[in-house]
Amino acid sequence: MKLPPFQILVDEYAHPLHRFLCGLVGVQAAEDCLQETLLAALDAYARLRHGRNLKGWLFTIAYRKGIDHLRRSSKEIPSASVDDHPALPEPVRDIELWEGVAALPPKQKTAVTLRYLGDLPYSEVASIMDISAAAARQNVRAGLVSLRKELA
Amino acid sequence: MNDIEGRLGSLEAPSPEGAVKRFLHESFREGKARVAYGSILSPIGRLTAVVTHRGLAALAFETDDLEGLLQRVAAKLSPTIVRLGSAVGETRSWLDAYFSGWLEPSPPLDRSLITPFQNRVLSAAASIPPGEVRTYGQVAAQAGNPKAARAAGRALATNPIPIILPCHRVVAADGALRGYAGGLDCKRLLIDHERAITIRR
Repeated sequence: MKLPPFQILVDEYAHPLHRFLCGLVGVQAAEDCLQETLLAALDAYARLRHGRNLKGWLFTIAYRKGIDHLRRSSKEIPSASVDDHPALPEPVRDIELWEGVAALPPKQKTAVTLRYLGDLPYSEVASIMDISAAAARQNVRAGLVSLRKELA
Repeated sequence: MNDIEGRLGSLEAPSPEGAVKRFLHESFREGKARVAYGSILSPIGRLTAVVTHRGLAALAFETDDLEGLLQRVAAKLSPTIVRLGSAVGETRSWLDAYFSGWLEPSPPLDRSLITPFQNRVLSAAASIPPGEVRTYGQVAAQAGNPKAARAAGRALATNPIPIILPCHRVVAADGALRGYAGGLDCKRLLIDHERAITIRR
């Protein structure tokens, strides 16, 4: 299969990728992570052998960039809890829920954001996180339970 | 039960437009994107220029199938294509000057989408002085095969860089305009415009 012009991927997926990254690394770091994601994807794009599941491919790159960022920032400032709750720029509604997502344990947060902010099926969530589909479901379920408790 | 799921599904993030813009600029400037395209407003409608780091590779009329063109560019040149208005500045200046009555030397061209035969035909067309026209047969002869008027016609009809490579200066033996990707009105307008420029000079 031929690869579509890269701009088509940007038009279609920049928003969902950014939304996912906002959940994973917070709104303030999300733009940088998105830019890194798109540059890394473009870099690898011409060498791709086929155009199957480009959405999953992009989210895998975004996930790695997001995780890299979280690792870096946790090393840089050991007490970075302030960063976990960045002041959200307007207009963002449901700040309470954004903060709830930010406070989830890493695996739950990743699974919940991939599933609901990235709008990906469990099979895809599992393959991106490199875990089983059952484990992906389990992480999402646990995340939802804590969010309900947190926001009750 | 679905309350949280519904709220998660409709969570709104701020627009990533700034980051996307920075990415598009950086990608082409650093050569990671090998192709960029952008639109140019002109008296004959919105044109879209497709450029590489070598130069202008294609110019599309508003009525052209832009998606199809970009797919062809992706297959033939590279799929690393981004939309970036600032990358088509040279073509924009040339067209602005052209429509204001100044014929400047052609901007750098990337002839990757042009076949060797087509290149000979388009070079022949480019040697027609502005304000004048030649027939398909004359252009075919100059391209090395006087009997190939029909093939020359096809080569001109699929010219990827119209206006700048002036296929509009080629008409039928009886003087009829015959055909043009941008429409016959557009072809007439370009011929008349060039006549007016040269008479003024």
